[in-house]
Amino acid sequence: MAVTVSIPTILRTHTGGEKSVEATGKTVSEIIDDVESRHSGLKARLVKEDKLHRFVNVYVNDEDVRFAGGLDAEVADGDTVTILPAVAGGMR
Amino acid sequence: MLQIRRDLVDSIVAHARKDHPDEACGVIAGPEGTDRPERFIPMLNAARSSTFYEFDSLDLLKLYREMDARDEVPVVIYHSHTATEAYPSRTDIKLAQEPDAHYVLVSTRNPETAEFRSYRIVDGVVTEEDVEIVESYMFANTGSDDKPDS
Repeated sequence: MAVTVSIPTILRTHTGGEKSVEATGKTVSEIIDDVESRHSGLKARLVKEDKLHRFVNVYVNDEDVRFAGGLDAEVADGDTVTILPAVAGGMR
Repeated sequence: MLQIRRDLVDSIVAHARKDHPDEACGVIAGPEGTDRPERFIPMLNAARSSTFYEFDSLDLLKLYREMDARDEVPVVIYHSHTATEAYPSRTDIKLAQEPDAHYVLVSTRNPETAEFRSYRIVDGVVTEEDVEIVESYMFANTGSDDKPDS
């Protein structure tokens, strides 16, 4: 069994339009590398200098990985990893 | 062009007024593929700021799960500017990550009148678009057989 990775609209250009892809790995970092190996360009949109981009949210099931170890957050078979761009902005 | 019901415009402006002087933010979801804003979803500004807005990350997850389950997309993403014009800031442009959404900006700087404007923001490029306010989508020109806008 593998992990299902849910891809947001803006990144589906990297997955041939697919809304979700399968991946294997024990951590969020390994999952991203595995997806990158088949859908190149995705990683650069998510990770910068070994950290998640401030305005990209990644969840394992219902948990924001920012509060669960970031890229080192653990992932188990059958989990769902959801990627969502932050909805944010401001006057300045 | 953004075509939007008057009651939804009123709801956005009312939310912006209520949260002033903080920036207000939210979504109007609509059925995928229709470009028709229908379901008003005010969101909490997790930044609670007069110069910045951000959806709370867990609220964001819940919102997208709910929209997915209902075959909806965020047709409109709105937020308010409390002291400046209703035009996307550099930060708004940099952080805009929904290429199919209409980004609606409301300015509450004038207590009497609200500015209500809509934009597409794709790859850092802002394009303002016309806003057509309608009473109901039922009688509005939405079909492909309709006459083109003049």
